[in-house]
Amino acid sequence: MTALLELANISKSFPGVKALEDVHFSTDAGQVHALVGENGAGKSTLIKVISGVHPADSGTIQMDGKAVKFRSPHEAQAHGIATMYQELSLYPELTVAENIFMGHAPMRKAGPAQVIDWGEMNRRAEEILHSLNIHDMDVRRKVGALNVGNRQRVEIAKALSLDAKVLIMDEPTAALTESDVAKLFEIVRLLKERGVAVIYISHRLIEVFQLADKVTVLRDGKFVDSKPVSETDEDDLIHMMVGRTITDLFPKLPSEVGEPVLEVKGLNRHPHTEDVNFTVRSGEIVGMAGLVGSGRSETAQVIFGILQPDSGEVLLQGQKVHIKSPTQAMKLGIAYVPEDRGTQGLVREMKIRENLSMAVLDTFTRFGFVIKRNERKSGEELIEQLNIMATSGEQVVNKLSGGNQQKVVVGKWLASKPKMLIVDEPTRGVDVGAKAEIHRLMSELAQQGLGILMISSELPEVLGMSDRVLVMRNSRLVGEFSRAEATQQNVGAAMMSDQIATAAEAVAAVAQGDDA
Amino acid sequence: MTAAAGVQHNRYWTNTKRLFGSQEGILLLLLMLLIIGVGLYNPRFTTERNLTDIFNANAYIAVAAIGISMVIITGNIDISVGAAIGVLVALSGTLAVELTAAGLPGPIVLLAAWIAPLFGGMLISAINGLFVAYLNIPAIVVTLGTFSILKGGLILIAGGSTISALPDGYSLAQQDLLGLPVPIWVMAVLTLVAFAWMRWSRTGRSQFAIGGNAEAARLSGIDTRRQLMVTFIVAGMFYGIAAVMFATQYNTIQTVVTPGLELQVITASVVGGVSILGGIGTVIGSTLAAILIRTIGAALVFVDISPFWLRAILGVLILVTVLADVVRRRRQERM
Repeated sequence: MTALLELANISKSFPGVKALEDVHFSTDAGQVHALVGENGAGKSTLIKVISGVHPADSGTIQMDGKAVKFRSPHEAQAHGIATMYQELSLYPELTVAENIFMGHAPMRKAGPAQVIDWGEMNRRAEEILHSLNIHDMDVRRKVGALNVGNRQRVEIAKALSLDAKVLIMDEPTAALTESDVAKLFEIVRLLKERGVAVIYISHRLIEVFQLADKVTVLRDGKFVDSKPVSETDEDDLIHMMVGRTITDLFPKLPSEVGEPVLEVKGLNRHPHTEDVNFTVRSGEIVGMAGLVGSGRSETAQVIFGILQPDSGEVLLQGQKVHIKSPTQAMKLGIAYVPEDRGTQGLVREMKIRENLSMAVLDTFTRFGFVIKRNERKSGEELIEQLNIMATSGEQVVNKLSGGNQQKVVVGKWLASKPKMLIVDEPTRGVDVGAKAEIHRLMSELAQQGLGILMISSELPEVLGMSDRVLVMRNSRLVGEFSRAEATQQNVGAAMMSDQIATAAEAVAAVAQGDDA
Repeated sequence: MTAAAGVQHNRYWTNTKRLFGSQEGILLLLLMLLIIGVGLYNPRFTTERNLTDIFNANAYIAVAAIGISMVIITGNIDISVGAAIGVLVALSGTLAVELTAAGLPGPIVLLAAWIAPLFGGMLISAINGLFVAYLNIPAIVVTLGTFSILKGGLILIAGGSTISALPDGYSLAQQDLLGLPVPIWVMAVLTLVAFAWMRWSRTGRSQFAIGGNAEAARLSGIDTRRQLMVTFIVAGMFYGIAAVMFATQYNTIQTVVTPGLELQVITASVVGGVSILGGIGTVIGSTLAAILIRTIGAALVFVDISPFWLRAILGVLILVTVLADVVRRRRQERM
């Protein structure tokens, strides 16, 4: 039997990153196909290839055995592929029916002109919603007045109105309440009965087992395996998702662990940081693992003064501090390399030298003017220390590769000679070589006596680099493991187990619904 | 040795390429070609007197454009610049006349009439800056508001009257210094000073950082609000200087806001290569653009083309410049 949608040998590169390499994916009509993998494994890129947002560099796509090419989202739609992104693409000021029929509203003749047939549109919108077992939605209401779960239903109805054969759902349950999750599951089953192929992306593994027929695992942009859900289990999936061999990619050097540099006690900031306690000592790299949205970055931002805590204490080298702004945090000796270097780390139009000195411009300034000679010298030292590949410090940052841009961000903070370094996803989107260098650098800094808190979604990185591993889940610290205790299974389970519980409850709710 | 020579050669080539690849280089080239070309067609164009007039006439626009370039480089805009200059011109003239009538000694009157607009400009801009930097209201909204208030206020108070009987010595812009009109000196010196300040001072550096990526600048410990405030206030000072140059160029002063003055100033800045998206540009560019705009206007007369074409030509210049900026940014993003 020919697959409804089949992708073979798909590769896609972005500057400095191979997002997908030789990936296969195939799904049949009436199948729910889960796509899983860590953050950065290539799931999003793959669905963007399928939905025509990023055409693949190489590889083939077939629908019903015929080769097709999607050069734009429009072309993919014309072939019956609908995509439901996490940020829904609806018009809040338009009604439910108008959203469902956006761009293909039923028309009628009014004399010589073609006008929208509102009655027909509303009637058909209701029909589609009823077919999804949704009976409590007024199609004349504005979408802006609906909650997230209902908006999602409108999005699904929109896909059906376009006769979608394939519906891609990108983390549909991420923002839903439990009862909405239950309703969504029910709709997915209805879609399946109608012969729609659903590609389902989720971090919640239990949902995979509850909903999907087949599961495909991606890792580092590569295809790992694709198998029927009945032939796998949770441990197997986790293993496939994170199971890279921890090679000498992460050469953690031994360093002497000294006095506490940073102590966090009972830190609260609703809703992402709840009663967080931990200590980072000098010479120590503390890894912080957790899923995206578990509150890791927000906690770091509270410590760095970007967000203000509701309560709790932060001690720096034993001294209680109240950090009100990044400027103050910097002066106290904390540096924060943010997760998103594009929007938070770099001024891309400026030169490497100017970026490197940005956090310490005061030290190069006399009477309001920058002493360029000192600035240049310091810049050159950092370029050498970090091994930044550039023609000179005068090069504009925009021209550098992702890995070298990241080194500039790190260098900017090293220039401030911090005692405590917080790095958030330090190697996201950088190539393997630059990754190894950033790791080497962090090891060296720890040896020099810095305390380092490393937030990372890459489990091998956390396990390879950290002296201790903290795990955050649902805004709380739920686990602390020594280097010896920190195994993929232990840390992975701590990261995800609660998600499994939540989803299990949702599943129970569905079961009850079915009974009733 | 050959390698070294190659490097040398390369460096000259790179520098040449950099000069004519930059907006400033292109403007300079255009300006020279235009002057030479029109001069060949009509030699009266290149008389010293005519060229001096051309450079002199738009000097106040160039000075105001220095101020607004700073604001635009931080990623903001100031629509109120024209109205602010209009009000400050009236302030200068009124002070000159009223203080003379009050019997104050001449030098003090002149000093007050020349200096007060600077502080007035700083005050107006400080109010704009307060709303933009500390209350996070988009600059286009804030300055549209102050534009309306200033313009309306001036009509209410001055009623469009003409100020004449200005005291002796008031007409600063009509004086010569070392054979050149004062406005040309003011324009040249202020352009260089502002260029150096923006390039080498901490505040200047911050302006580019804020315009390039305000969030990264803030996270790097730059006090972005304070630096924005300083930028607005300094820009206001330049509006004040521009106002004095405008007020003292004739023997009477019209107390109305010149219609479209803000557009002339913003046009000079944008054509000068200051990116409307922030983070890129120099005041040398904006000054060259101000001169070029005037030169085109004058040249049209000398080659017997209706001067009404000027607006259309300016429109094309703006579109070409902005297009070049956008294309360059896209190309960089793709890398």
